[in-house]
Amino acid sequence: MAWNESGDGNDPKGPRDPKDPWGGRDQGPADLDKIIRDWQRRLRSAFGGKGGGGGGGPAGGNTGIAIIIVLALVAWGLTGLYRVDEAERGLVLRFGDYQATTMPGLHWHIPYPIETVEKVNVGAVSRFEQTSQMLTGDENFVLVDLAVQYRRIDPIAFRFNVRNADETLDEVSESAIREVVGKSTLDEILLENQAEIADRTQDLIQRTLDLYEAGITVISVNLQKVQFPNQVRDAVQDAVKAREDKERLRLEAEAYRNDIIPRARGQAARMREDALAYRDRLIANAEGEAARFELLLAEYQAAPEVTRERLYIESIEDVLQRSNKILLDAEGSGNLLYLPIDKLLQRQTRGAEGDGGSAAQSTTSSLPQMREQSDPRNRDDARTRRTR
Amino acid sequence: MSNARFIVVIVLGLALVILGLSVFTVDEREYALKFRFGEVIASDYEPGLHFKMPIVNNVRKFPRQILTLNNPPEEVITAEKKSVFVDFFVKWRIRDARQYYVSTGGNEVIATGRLLEILKADLRNEFAKRTVRQVVSLERTVLMDDIVVAAAETATEFGIELVDVRVKRIEFSEDVAESVYRRMRQERATVATELRAEGAEEAERMRADADRQRTILIAEANREAQQIRGEGDAISAEVYARAFDRDREFYAFYRSIQAYRSSIGLTGDLLVLDPDGDFFRYLNDAGGAQR
Repeated sequence: MAWNESGDGNDPKGPRDPKDPWGGRDQGPADLDKIIRDWQRRLRSAFGGKGGGGGGGPAGGNTGIAIIIVLALVAWGLTGLYRVDEAERGLVLRFGDYQATTMPGLHWHIPYPIETVEKVNVGAVSRFEQTSQMLTGDENFVLVDLAVQYRRIDPIAFRFNVRNADETLDEVSESAIREVVGKSTLDEILLENQAEIADRTQDLIQRTLDLYEAGITVISVNLQKVQFPNQVRDAVQDAVKAREDKERLRLEAEAYRNDIIPRARGQAARMREDALAYRDRLIANAEGEAARFELLLAEYQAAPEVTRERLYIESIEDVLQRSNKILLDAEGSGNLLYLPIDKLLQRQTRGAEGDGGSAAQSTTSSLPQMREQSDPRNRDDARTRRTR
Repeated sequence: MSNARFIVVIVLGLALVILGLSVFTVDEREYALKFRFGEVIASDYEPGLHFKMPIVNNVRKFPRQILTLNNPPEEVITAEKKSVFVDFFVKWRIRDARQYYVSTGGNEVIATGRLLEILKADLRNEFAKRTVRQVVSLERTVLMDDIVVAAAETATEFGIELVDVRVKRIEFSEDVAESVYRRMRQERATVATELRAEGAEEAERMRADADRQRTILIAEANREAQQIRGEGDAISAEVYARAFDRDREFYAFYRSIQAYRSSIGLTGDLLVLDPDGDFFRYLNDAGGAQR
């Protein structure tokens, strides 16, 4: 039992150390049997039962008892052996009065019930996390996930000053983070000052623990996660989405700009090129026609009468060749003359449909050229007028 | 001889039992009170082994450590009549074991129960003076200090030292909490709306800017194009004028017959002619005499 009490509970290995001298206990039942048998024998001899070995018996009993006592003492003494791990310190208490702190290694204390040893792990960095919802200074809720790392730096203070020092740290941490968060606004907590909030929390926890003299040093305090509570999370997500939407709208507008401006540049270039084409064509045409006229003019000036006559007759010939014509003697038209022009035209068109090919062939070659030259110009003139 | 030995053993055993009954240990973490028939006769024990008389004396021990008193959430009303639940813990320890025993009978439940009554009353008072915002943020430490100060006197009467009173949680009642959630949601929604509107603003700006650039590009191109066309018109007019000016009469003739060719005699035309024209002068008379 002594071993169970002296174990400090922090180190489950401690009390059940395989090296501990419980070996003596295995022989315990045998020893007990022997003792009981001795007592029975002695009782019998005491109440007149002289049948037992009168002289030799008690002498053998004496040595037996001595051996038993010595063995028991050795076993008891061995229970005072204990081991302190590298990270631990042992506190030796004599009748509850603190005597000494022992360092890592194998040690011996006066066995129970005189001295006990409590071991405290001073090396290990312990860690715990808390998640809780709390109020901010501007009356918003926020979920904070806090991680605290600490060490039991002073084993004496840790053991003696505060009952359940580990649990106390837990409570103090919760109170501290709530106080610090309560002094900050939601924006500060979410966006800016998480490190500062952690620092202030650590400071507050440490000051409180020092007030209790709890023997604990807080190594670090971290805000693992700071979130909006679940009840507002959809609204928060929508706000995040809105930020994305904003960016998306901007990109769409950029895409629109990137689409229309190059097209506009292309269109502008097209307008310029069209204008250049128009100018150059006009000039070339003018030069061509002027040259033709000048050449003809030279010949005309050489023989004006003949040339004029020829040109005139050729032209009229050409015109009449291609036309339906009715010759009317103006002198004879004193009488009323009925001409069914619409019918004539109808017939004429039917005829043209019938042998349009030959009619086309009969035209002179100079005409289509003329028309080609003049028609586009008319079109361009019309267009220029329109655009102006 | 065996009888004598037996008696020795019995006596030794009895002595051990009596010794066991007349010692007691005091741990580092304990106070001890020694009573003589119910009267406290000693209270200032150092840790270690101490003696007492069996039957006459008895000993009670009390914890010397800082103890924790956790209180379930307590509903209190703030200055603006909001109902909040306050969850606090108290760190306390026994300062005077004798007084503690006298005033509470040494029963921890009774002691903390009394303490809690006082603290809760103080807490209500302090909360009633303050708004939620003050309680949550600015005056939390002050609040706790005030409560400690207010309750310290009573605690001393119990032989108790109040080390600390700390508010762990302050929670709103469910409907108040729901209204806070609603407000928070609304705030987020406001932010979201603003962001989207800002996005639309920026997009519209960019589109308008792009449209302006396009319009200007095309207008400028048109200006240039018209200039070029004008150039073409001017140069060609000049070329024509220079050439045709050499013989205006012939130009008029030349241009006229060209015009006849291109305008008369197109498919479907029907010409009604008087054979008196110059073209027909040989049609009537081989001599070419005009009628």
